[in-house]
Amino acid sequence: MPPTRTAIDPGTPGGGPAPARSMTEAGPPLLSVRDLRVAFFMDEGVVRAVDGVSFDVASGEVVGIVGESGCGKTVTTRAILQLVEPPGRIVSGQILLRRGATADGNGPGAPVLDLAALPPRGPAMRAIRGAEIALIPQEPMAAFSPVHTVGDQIMEAILLHWRQWRPDGPPLRRRDARQITVELFRDVGIAMPEQRVDAYSWQLSGGLRQRAMIAMALSCKPRLLIADEPTTAIDVTTQAQVLNLLRDLRRRHRTAIIFITHDLGVIAQIADRVLVMYLGRVMEQGRVDDIFHAPKHPYTRALLRSIPMRHAGRRDPLPVIAGSIPHPFNRPTGCPFHPRCPDVRRGVCERRVPRLDPVGPAQWASCFLYGDGEATA
Amino acid sequence: MAVATPDPERGAAVLDAAPVAPSAAAEERISVASNWTLVWWRFRKHRLALGSMAVLAALYAVVVCPEFFATHDPEATDARLAFIPVQRIHLLDGWRVRPWVPGVTGKRNPTTLRMEWQVDPARKVPVGVLVPGPPYRLLGVIPARVHLVGAAAGADRERVHLLGTDRLGRDQWSRLMHGTQTSMTIGLVAVTLSVVLGIVLGGVSGYFGGMPDQVIQRLIELLQSLPTIPIWLALTAALPRDWSPARVFFAITVILALVGWTTLAREVRGRFLALREEDFVIAAELAGCSRRRVILRHMVPTFLSHIIATSTLAIPAMIINETSLSFLGLGLRPPAISWGVLLQEAQNLQTVALAPWLLVPGLVVIVSVLAFNLVGDGLRDAADPYSH
Amino acid sequence: MTGAPAVAAAVAGPGAAAGPLLEVRRLRKLFPIQKGFRRRVVGHVRAVDDVSFDIQAGETLALVGESGCGKTTTARCILRAITPSSGEMLFRTREGRVVDLAPLSRKALAPLRPQIQMIFQDPFGSLNPRMTVFDNVGEPLLVNGVRDRRVRMERVAELLRVVGLRPEYLHRFPHAFSGGQRQRIGIARALATEPRLVVADEPVSALDVSVQAQVLNLLLELQQRLHLTYLFVAHDLTVVRHISDRVAVMYVGQLVELAPTSAIFERPRHPYTAALMRAVPVPDPRIRSGDVALPGEIASPASPPPGCYFHPRCPHAIAACRTDPPALRAIAPGHYARCHRADELALETVAVEADVEDRPGPSPPDAAGVR
Repeated sequence: MPPTRTAIDPGTPGGGPAPARSMTEAGPPLLSVRDLRVAFFMDEGVVRAVDGVSFDVASGEVVGIVGESGCGKTVTTRAILQLVEPPGRIVSGQILLRRGATADGNGPGAPVLDLAALPPRGPAMRAIRGAEIALIPQEPMAAFSPVHTVGDQIMEAILLHWRQWRPDGPPLRRRDARQITVELFRDVGIAMPEQRVDAYSWQLSGGLRQRAMIAMALSCKPRLLIADEPTTAIDVTTQAQVLNLLRDLRRRHRTAIIFITHDLGVIAQIADRVLVMYLGRVMEQGRVDDIFHAPKHPYTRALLRSIPMRHAGRRDPLPVIAGSIPHPFNRPTGCPFHPRCPDVRRGVCERRVPRLDPVGPAQWASCFLYGDGEATA
Repeated sequence: MAVATPDPERGAAVLDAAPVAPSAAAEERISVASNWTLVWWRFRKHRLALGSMAVLAALYAVVVCPEFFATHDPEATDARLAFIPVQRIHLLDGWRVRPWVPGVTGKRNPTTLRMEWQVDPARKVPVGVLVPGPPYRLLGVIPARVHLVGAAAGADRERVHLLGTDRLGRDQWSRLMHGTQTSMTIGLVAVTLSVVLGIVLGGVSGYFGGMPDQVIQRLIELLQSLPTIPIWLALTAALPRDWSPARVFFAITVILALVGWTTLAREVRGRFLALREEDFVIAAELAGCSRRRVILRHMVPTFLSHIIATSTLAIPAMIINETSLSFLGLGLRPPAISWGVLLQEAQNLQTVALAPWLLVPGLVVIVSVLAFNLVGDGLRDAADPYSH
Repeated sequence: MTGAPAVAAAVAGPGAAAGPLLEVRRLRKLFPIQKGFRRRVVGHVRAVDDVSFDIQAGETLALVGESGCGKTTTARCILRAITPSSGEMLFRTREGRVVDLAPLSRKALAPLRPQIQMIFQDPFGSLNPRMTVFDNVGEPLLVNGVRDRRVRMERVAELLRVVGLRPEYLHRFPHAFSGGQRQRIGIARALATEPRLVVADEPVSALDVSVQAQVLNLLLELQQRLHLTYLFVAHDLTVVRHISDRVAVMYVGQLVELAPTSAIFERPRHPYTAALMRAVPVPDPRIRSGDVALPGEIASPASPPPGCYFHPRCPHAIAACRTDPPALRAIAPGHYARCHRADELALETVAVEADVEDRPGPSPPDAAGVR
């Protein structure tokens, strides 16, 4: 268990002396995940979906989480929102959110709340969900109810969290909520917002639906936006529009974004820092430029090599990662990547789990090639 | 282990080099498990459903050979033996395991001149298992004499009526056994007929679409809009009075099936419409499979487990239908024996006051319906891949 | 518009002298839109709108485009999984005859089916979950005359080896395999009848990145070994660039550009193609892509704009684009574009080098190493 802290002290993800970390001008991190572990208790066995993940998100920063199936990226964000359904639950770890009235991070005096300790269905968590942390899900069609207009659904969220606009005043009037919604639609680039507010989700095209979804996520001025593969289900030109929109919104409202995707191209274009996850653990973490141009972890390197990049010789066989992702019930011992690692060191990698250690000024990797640190079980 | 590059001699590198798999044997077992095996494994986890399946197995054992389970000839009447009360089986005699039933003594009532029977706990009539009794033909072919329960050797003069007798002196236990055979069979056969009709018509509707679909759908809507009870009454009343019980049995089954296929057909049609677009069905068509093969080999097995689950839930409805019809005198009539016919005897309040054991068939109906529902629920949960 | 035979002959790729394996001429597929109580046909969805191209034996032609462009419908027409509304699809059979697939009946198609097979997108839906791998992969053999079970077993084992799976897996059921493995099984099934043309409908888009690379390598290798011809339908342009010889770009049912791969990616002549290339996110944070995003939404195939379908979104549109539909014409040898201004436009695809200071958000590391 990591030592308890009263204020958010960045520290090292694995526990240890704090190195220089990325901080925005506004101060310490907005969200701090410390050694999070989420497990699913099924009849056939226990799946350790998230197995000791730590990272920070600063105000206004875009943290990209990239990984393949089974890496735990979606479960991590569900855990942040306390949306992990049984048979899964958060087993240990902390999710520290810095409270504050504005989108900027506050000074060290602002109160800190451990989301992992809150009851998932309690009023505290419900107040945070949607208002302080919002989710952009992968499938906008599935996220909107087909029997209500998109405007109604967004107004519902606004009315629920009306204190964001009138902290001391009377409840928000429906008229005002509608006006706010129209402005939101304009903000996200939906043409003719007054008419579109009364449309149903199935009347909108894919791109418009995704924008409406982003509008809904932004409706209560969250400080942290979690985007779960928001561009996977849409066309590439629409994807470019949505990425531009997110960049623009981030710049104007200083919203932090956790961006989950499996597409390395998208990550390179939108993220400031990147987490590479595999089988529930963080393999490498660092600035986006370092990850792409100076990757340290063998998995990151192999992943980058296997995408058909622009400059690769056409039709040459792509370098592949040997083997395949193990079944979640057949988790390898020691380092989860060792059965497929080209640089595996027998005798070491299958016995012990490496700790996430610094390998550069703002880069960490969990690999015995760079250090002997062992993660706490 | 180097990064695998394709080896031109060996073809695409065998990238399935053994992963770390501590339970290789278990993995092998799961990977060769067919869908039905998987369904059974999931079904096994529902204790209640498993127990109900045991109950149903017992009931269907009776269906196969009711005479074995009966103690007397179900149609043997004897006015002197009317309304003998239930002689409960006791398994222990003192401390020994020696099953016995209390004897009964009859006294003629001087006023009504009828025999009245009382249970006499002092007299212990030993009963045995697998004892000889009235002869019968096993499965209608093999002559046999052995019965599951009966008065032990040496005590044949004693009366043993495990569920008493009715107003005509007929042994209720034996009648119940025979009634079980009839009622359970009607339920099963009617539903099977419905399923076949439903799959065929629903399949034609869904697979071919167009005009056949329109015709069949309108037919379904027509049939569903007709009120069921008057239809049954009309159809059963149309049966000639002089038909043998067996023919009436057959006719009732068919009638029940003709009314019951519509819901299933709709479901099957929906499934077919969805399955037509599935990739593996298209792949089969592209491979050159005939229409028949696509339907029988690819589409039907895909939803068969679901259909079986919903059909299992339809059987209790059929049983209740038949019971109700016969209870009202519109279905099977004596000398045929079914649960409904048995319950006819219990229509008279006076009779029920005198001989409450005549209501036991009702209890059996409840148990069997419950059991079917639980098994059907369990099957449906086990067969539904989305409930996990 | 130019006459069909001229267009079809003109869009031939290299090696045309041998005769193309497949010639698609003026293919159209319209879906009726029915409204009202009497189900009157009020219009049509122009899913495939006058598409012509051909494929030479041994090459890989990629069909790319976004939703509603008609690439999947075109592929399904070629496979005769659906019936085209009009047009010809001239296929050169193994025996050397050229047959038009479009008007054939089910019975007449049956002997040709083994020669054109498909690889599906979704590895989890393309195999019958209730049949073993042997049944799935062996079925094309069974329905095409190989009745001897032992012969089928050998052939299936061989096919599994070819796609990189252990032959003993043929007793297993699909649920025991991962997505990548299932896709290999699907490929094995497609190859069972030794097809000449393989239509691959987004075969890697549902797979993880590392598995994509494995399957792409496999497809390339199989093409070399077995002399296959691929029609590769995809939306992922990086994959397309890696695997295809020529690329056909579709927009709202029409073919807007057709050219060899390098020309499409480096010197596109149609504004839509250029916009597509620019929109693809480059996996390099030092290169900013997607900055100039196309405005508006993709036109609806049910009611496309007049004139050039792309004109409402095109930054280079002129008056003629609103009224005259452009024809697919040759801009350079082997390079065709459907644009009035294709000759004069110099379109940019290479994304701009991103200035590191340009990036909003956290500032670059300062002297103290603290950001």
